[in-house]
Amino acid sequence: MELTSFDKQLLNELQGGIQFVSRPYELMAQKLGVSEQVVLERLDQLQQEGLIRKIGAFFNSDKLGYSGTLIAVKVQQQYIAQVASKINEYPEVTHNYQRSGDYALWFTLITNDAKRREHILTTVRNLPGVSALMDLYSQKKYKIDVRFQLK
Amino acid sequence: MNISETDKKIVRAMQGAFPVCSEPYKEIAAAVGISEDALLKRLEEMKQDGTLRKMGAVLRHRQVGFKANALGTWVVPRERMDEVAEIMCAHPEVTHCYDRNTLPDWPYNFYTMIHGDTEEGCRKFAEKLSQETGIKEYSLQFTRREWKKTSMKYFME
Repeated sequence: MELTSFDKQLLNELQGGIQFVSRPYELMAQKLGVSEQVVLERLDQLQQEGLIRKIGAFFNSDKLGYSGTLIAVKVQQQYIAQVASKINEYPEVTHNYQRSGDYALWFTLITNDAKRREHILTTVRNLPGVSALMDLYSQKKYKIDVRFQLK
Repeated sequence: MNISETDKKIVRAMQGAFPVCSEPYKEIAAAVGISEDALLKRLEEMKQDGTLRKMGAVLRHRQVGFKANALGTWVVPRERMDEVAEIMCAHPEVTHCYDRNTLPDWPYNFYTMIHGDTEEGCRKFAEKLSQETGIKEYSLQFTRREWKKTSMKYFME
Protein backbone atom coordinates (compact mmCIF):
# COMPACT_ATOMS: atom_id res chain seq x y z
CA MET A 1 0.00 0.00 0.00
CA GLU A 2 1.24 3.47 -0.93
CA LEU A 3 1.20 5.82 2.05
CA THR A 4 -0.21 9.29 1.40
CA SER A 5 1.48 12.32 2.90
CA PHE A 6 -1.42 12.51 5.36
CA ASP A 7 -0.75 8.90 6.44
CA LYS A 8 2.88 9.70 7.06
CA GLN A 9 2.01 12.76 9.15
CA LEU A 10 -0.50 10.71 11.10
CA LEU A 11 1.96 7.87 11.75
CA ASN A 12 4.68 10.31 12.77
CA GLU A 13 2.29 11.96 15.24
CA LEU A 14 1.20 8.62 16.60
CA GLN A 15 4.80 7.48 17.11
CA GLY A 16 5.51 10.77 18.86
CA GLY A 17 2.92 9.98 21.49
CA ILE A 18 -0.73 9.82 22.49
CA GLN A 19 -1.73 12.46 25.03
CA PHE A 20 -3.45 11.78 28.34
CA VAL A 21 -6.65 13.63 27.56
CA SER A 22 -10.19 12.40 27.23
CA ARG A 23 -10.20 12.57 23.43
CA PRO A 24 -6.59 12.05 22.32
CA TYR A 25 -7.43 11.32 18.68
CA GLU A 26 -9.39 14.54 18.41
CA LEU A 27 -6.36 16.44 19.68
CA MET A 28 -4.26 14.72 17.02
CA ALA A 29 -6.87 15.52 14.37
CA GLN A 30 -6.82 19.21 15.29
CA LYS A 31 -3.05 19.25 14.86
CA LEU A 32 -3.37 17.65 11.43
CA GLY A 33 -6.28 19.87 10.39
CA VAL A 34 -8.86 17.10 9.92
CA SER A 35 -11.83 15.76 11.84
CA GLU A 36 -11.56 13.13 14.57
CA GLN A 37 -13.61 10.80 12.38
CA VAL A 38 -10.99 10.94 9.60
CA VAL A 39 -8.21 10.02 12.04
CA LEU A 40 -10.16 7.12 13.56
CA GLU A 41 -11.13 5.65 10.18
CA ARG A 42 -7.65 5.97 8.72
CA LEU A 43 -6.04 4.41 11.81
CA ASP A 44 -8.39 1.46 11.52
CA GLN A 45 -7.32 0.95 7.91
CA LEU A 46 -3.60 1.34 8.64
CA GLN A 47 -3.91 -1.22 11.43
CA GLN A 48 -5.66 -3.64 9.11
CA GLU A 49 -2.90 -3.15 6.53
CA GLY A 50 -0.42 -4.34 9.15
CA LEU A 51 1.71 -1.20 9.24
CA ILE A 52 1.30 -0.71 12.95
CA ARG A 53 2.74 -3.23 15.37
CA LYS A 54 1.04 -1.77 18.41
CA ILE A 55 -0.78 1.34 19.51
CA GLY A 56 -0.62 1.61 23.25
CA ALA A 57 1.44 1.74 26.41
CA PHE A 58 5.02 0.53 26.74
CA PHE A 59 6.13 0.04 30.33
CA ASN A 60 9.57 0.03 31.90
CA SER A 61 10.13 -3.50 33.23
CA ASP A 62 12.53 -2.40 35.97
CA LYS A 63 9.99 0.01 37.44
CA LEU A 64 7.42 -2.78 37.68
CA GLY A 65 9.77 -5.06 39.58
CA TYR A 66 10.76 -7.17 36.57
CA SER A 67 14.21 -7.60 35.14
CA GLY A 68 15.03 -8.07 31.50
CA THR A 69 18.04 -9.59 29.83
CA LEU A 70 19.29 -10.58 26.37
CA ILE A 71 20.23 -14.20 25.80
CA ALA A 72 22.38 -15.37 22.90
CA VAL A 73 22.30 -19.06 22.00
CA LYS A 74 24.87 -20.94 19.96
CA VAL A 75 22.93 -23.64 18.17
CA GLN A 76 23.65 -26.01 15.28
CA GLN A 77 22.01 -25.02 12.01
CA GLN A 78 19.67 -28.02 11.73
CA TYR A 79 18.28 -27.46 15.24
CA ILE A 80 17.51 -23.74 14.94
CA ALA A 81 13.78 -24.03 14.15
CA GLN A 82 13.21 -26.58 16.90
CA VAL A 83 15.08 -24.58 19.54
CA ALA A 84 13.40 -21.33 18.44
CA SER A 85 9.91 -22.76 18.82
CA LYS A 86 10.75 -24.18 22.25
CA ILE A 87 12.03 -20.75 23.36
CA ASN A 88 8.89 -19.09 21.98
CA GLU A 89 6.68 -21.14 24.28
CA TYR A 90 7.69 -19.00 27.26
CA PRO A 91 5.47 -15.93 27.71
CA GLU A 92 8.47 -14.24 29.40
CA VAL A 93 10.24 -14.30 26.01
CA THR A 94 9.09 -11.21 24.09
CA HIS A 95 11.54 -11.10 21.16
CA ASN A 96 13.39 -13.95 19.48
CA TYR A 97 15.53 -13.39 16.40
CA GLN A 98 17.73 -15.52 14.23
CA ARG A 99 20.95 -13.66 13.41
CA SER A 100 23.93 -14.13 11.12
CA GLY A 101 26.73 -14.84 13.63
CA ASP A 102 27.87 -17.96 15.53
CA TYR A 103 25.19 -17.29 18.08
CA ALA A 104 22.19 -17.92 15.84
CA LEU A 105 19.36 -17.11 18.26
CA TRP A 106 18.97 -13.97 20.35
CA PHE A 107 16.01 -13.61 22.66
CA THR A 108 14.85 -11.21 25.36
CA LEU A 109 13.68 -12.61 28.68
CA ILE A 110 11.66 -10.59 31.20
CA THR A 111 10.96 -12.15 34.59
CA ASN A 112 10.12 -11.13 38.15
CA ASP A 113 11.29 -14.36 39.71
CA ALA A 114 14.95 -15.42 39.76
CA LYS A 115 14.12 -19.13 40.10
CA ARG A 116 11.86 -19.11 37.09
CA ARG A 117 14.54 -17.29 35.14
CA GLU A 118 17.17 -19.88 36.06
CA HIS A 119 14.78 -22.67 35.17
CA ILE A 120 14.18 -21.24 31.68
CA LEU A 121 17.88 -20.68 31.02
CA THR A 122 18.85 -24.16 32.19
CA THR A 123 16.12 -25.74 30.06
CA VAL A 124 17.23 -23.83 26.94
CA ARG A 125 20.92 -24.59 27.58
CA ASN A 126 20.09 -28.30 27.64
CA LEU A 127 18.03 -28.42 24.45
CA PRO A 128 19.42 -30.63 21.66
CA GLY A 129 21.73 -28.69 19.33
CA VAL A 130 22.57 -25.97 21.87
CA SER A 131 26.30 -25.72 22.62
CA ALA A 132 26.52 -22.40 24.49
CA LEU A 133 24.38 -19.69 25.98
CA MET A 134 25.29 -16.13 26.98
CA ASP A 135 23.33 -14.07 29.50
CA LEU A 136 23.91 -10.44 28.50
CA TYR A 137 22.37 -8.04 30.97
CA SER A 138 22.33 -4.29 30.69
CA GLN A 139 23.09 -1.70 33.33
CA LYS A 140 22.51 1.36 31.23
CA LYS A 141 19.94 1.83 28.52
CA TYR A 142 20.88 4.84 26.45
CA LYS A 143 18.08 4.66 23.90
CA ILE A 144 15.08 2.38 23.50
CA ASP A 145 12.69 4.50 21.51
CA VAL A 146 11.77 2.86 18.24
CA ARG A 147 10.62 5.61 15.96
CA PHE A 148 10.77 5.83 12.20
CA GLN A 149 10.35 9.33 10.85
CA LEU A 150 8.38 8.94 7.60
CA LYS A 151 9.13 11.54 4.95
CA MET B 1 9.11 -3.23 45.25
CA ASN B 2 5.66 -2.07 46.23
CA ILE B 3 3.19 -1.71 43.42
CA SER B 4 -0.39 -0.99 44.38
CA GLU B 5 -3.21 -3.25 43.25
CA THR B 6 -4.74 -0.33 41.35
CA ASP B 7 -1.47 0.24 39.49
CA LYS B 8 -1.34 -3.44 38.58
CA LYS B 9 -4.89 -3.20 37.24
CA ILE B 10 -3.92 -0.12 35.22
CA VAL B 11 -0.92 -1.92 33.74
CA ARG B 12 -3.03 -4.96 32.86
CA ALA B 13 -5.69 -2.82 31.18
CA MET B 14 -3.18 -0.62 29.34
CA GLN B 15 -0.61 -3.15 28.09
CA GLY B 16 -2.69 -4.55 25.23
CA ALA B 17 -3.95 -2.76 22.14
CA PHE B 18 -5.16 0.74 22.98
CA PRO B 19 -8.70 1.34 21.64
CA VAL B 20 -9.06 3.44 18.51
CA CYS B 21 -12.28 5.30 19.36
CA SER B 22 -13.40 8.71 20.49
CA GLU B 23 -12.90 8.25 24.24
CA PRO B 24 -10.44 5.37 24.66
CA TYR B 25 -9.40 6.13 28.26
CA LYS B 26 -13.03 5.89 29.36
CA GLU B 27 -13.07 2.21 28.31
CA ILE B 28 -9.81 1.51 30.12
CA ALA B 29 -10.99 3.33 33.27
CA ALA B 30 -14.16 1.25 33.32
CA ALA B 31 -12.11 -1.95 33.09
CA VAL B 32 -9.89 -0.80 35.97
CA GLY B 33 -12.85 0.42 38.03
CA ILE B 34 -11.71 4.02 38.53
CA SER B 35 -12.82 7.34 37.04
CA GLU B 36 -11.39 8.53 33.75
CA ASP B 37 -9.87 11.56 35.50
CA ALA B 38 -8.14 9.36 38.08
CA LEU B 39 -6.75 7.18 35.29
CA LEU B 40 -5.44 10.14 33.27
CA LYS B 41 -3.81 11.61 36.38
CA ARG B 42 -2.12 8.32 37.32
CA LEU B 43 -0.88 7.72 33.75
CA GLU B 44 0.62 11.20 33.71
CA GLU B 45 2.47 10.40 36.95
CA MET B 46 3.67 7.06 35.58
CA LYS B 47 4.97 8.84 32.49
CA GLN B 48 6.77 11.40 34.67
CA ASP B 49 8.51 8.82 36.85
CA GLY B 50 9.43 6.61 33.89
CA THR B 51 7.18 3.63 34.70
CA LEU B 52 5.37 4.29 31.45
CA ARG B 53 8.17 4.83 28.97
CA LYS B 54 6.06 5.41 25.90
CA MET B 55 2.42 5.95 25.05
CA GLY B 56 2.01 5.79 21.31
CA ALA B 57 2.55 3.61 18.28
CA VAL B 58 5.34 1.34 17.12
CA LEU B 59 5.37 0.58 13.40
CA ARG B 60 6.38 -2.59 11.64
CA HIS B 61 9.65 -1.36 10.20
CA ARG B 62 9.76 -3.78 7.28
CA GLN B 63 6.42 -2.45 6.04
CA VAL B 64 7.57 1.16 6.21
CA GLY B 65 10.72 0.65 4.15
CA PHE B 66 13.45 -0.41 6.60
CA LYS B 67 14.04 -3.89 5.23
CA ALA B 68 17.41 -4.69 6.75
CA ASN B 69 18.57 -4.50 10.30
CA ALA B 70 21.56 -5.58 12.29
CA LEU B 71 22.53 -5.83 15.90
CA GLY B 72 25.83 -3.96 16.12
CA THR B 73 28.07 -5.14 18.95
CA TRP B 74 31.02 -2.91 19.86
CA VAL B 75 34.01 -2.89 22.18
CA VAL B 76 33.92 0.52 23.86
CA PRO B 77 36.30 1.54 26.67
CA ARG B 78 34.20 2.04 29.81
CA GLU B 79 35.36 5.64 30.28
CA ARG B 80 34.26 6.56 26.74
CA MET B 81 30.87 4.87 26.84
CA ASP B 82 28.62 7.86 27.61
CA GLU B 83 30.27 9.95 24.93
CA VAL B 84 30.14 7.17 22.30
CA ALA B 85 26.49 6.47 23.18
CA GLU B 86 25.62 10.12 22.67
CA ILE B 87 27.15 10.14 19.16
CA MET B 88 25.50 6.87 18.12
CA CYS B 89 22.07 7.61 19.64
CA ALA B 90 21.88 10.90 17.76
CA HIS B 91 21.29 8.96 14.52
CA PRO B 92 17.67 7.99 13.78
CA GLU B 93 18.94 4.74 12.16
CA VAL B 94 19.99 3.63 15.66
CA THR B 95 16.85 2.65 17.57
CA HIS B 96 18.32 0.88 20.60
CA CYS B 97 21.53 1.58 22.47
CA TYR B 98 22.60 -0.43 25.55
CA ASP B 99 25.65 -1.40 27.51
CA ARG B 100 25.93 -5.11 28.37
CA ASN B 101 28.29 -7.34 30.30
CA THR B 102 31.16 -9.15 28.56
CA LEU B 103 32.07 -12.83 28.86
CA PRO B 104 35.43 -14.63 28.49
CA ASP B 105 35.04 -15.22 24.73
CA TRP B 106 32.73 -12.26 24.12
CA PRO B 107 34.47 -8.87 24.29
CA TYR B 108 31.56 -6.73 23.11
CA ASN B 109 30.12 -4.46 25.78
CA PHE B 110 28.00 -2.02 23.78
CA TYR B 111 24.99 -2.75 21.55
CA THR B 112 23.14 -0.80 18.88
CA MET B 113 20.19 -1.82 16.75
CA ILE B 114 20.81 -0.45 13.25
CA HIS B 115 18.11 -0.11 10.59
CA GLY B 116 18.63 0.41 6.87
CA ASP B 117 17.25 -0.29 3.40
CA THR B 118 19.76 -3.06 2.66
CA GLU B 119 22.48 -5.06 4.44
CA GLU B 120 25.09 -3.14 2.47
CA GLY B 121 23.48 0.09 3.72
CA CYS B 122 23.72 -1.17 7.32
CA ARG B 123 27.40 -2.05 6.78
CA LYS B 124 28.21 1.38 5.41
CA PHE B 125 26.31 3.05 8.22
CA ALA B 126 28.16 1.01 10.87
CA GLU B 127 31.46 1.99 9.27
CA LYS B 128 30.37 5.62 9.51
CA LEU B 129 29.57 5.17 13.22
CA SER B 130 33.00 3.57 13.66
CA GLN B 131 34.72 6.53 12.04
CA GLU B 132 32.70 9.09 13.97
CA THR B 133 33.50 7.48 17.30
CA GLY B 134 36.92 5.96 16.65
CA ILE B 135 35.61 2.59 17.88
CA LYS B 136 37.28 0.06 15.56
CA GLU B 137 36.35 -3.29 17.07
CA TYR B 138 32.80 -4.26 16.26
CA SER B 139 30.68 -6.87 14.51
CA LEU B 140 27.25 -6.91 12.90
CA GLN B 141 24.72 -9.67 13.51
CA PHE B 142 22.19 -9.35 10.72
CA THR B 143 18.60 -10.32 11.37
CA ARG B 144 17.79 -13.46 9.36
CA ARG B 145 14.41 -14.24 10.77
CA GLU B 146 11.96 -12.94 13.33
CA TRP B 147 10.77 -15.94 15.35
CA LYS B 148 8.85 -13.95 17.93
CA LYS B 149 7.99 -10.34 18.59
CA THR B 150 5.37 -9.45 21.19
CA SER B 151 4.84 -7.02 24.02
CA MET B 152 5.40 -8.17 27.56
CA LYS B 153 2.28 -8.93 29.58
CA TYR B 154 2.93 -7.99 33.20
CA PHE B 155 1.14 -9.21 36.33
CA MET B 156 -0.56 -12.15 34.66
CA GLU B 157 0.26 -14.62 37.44
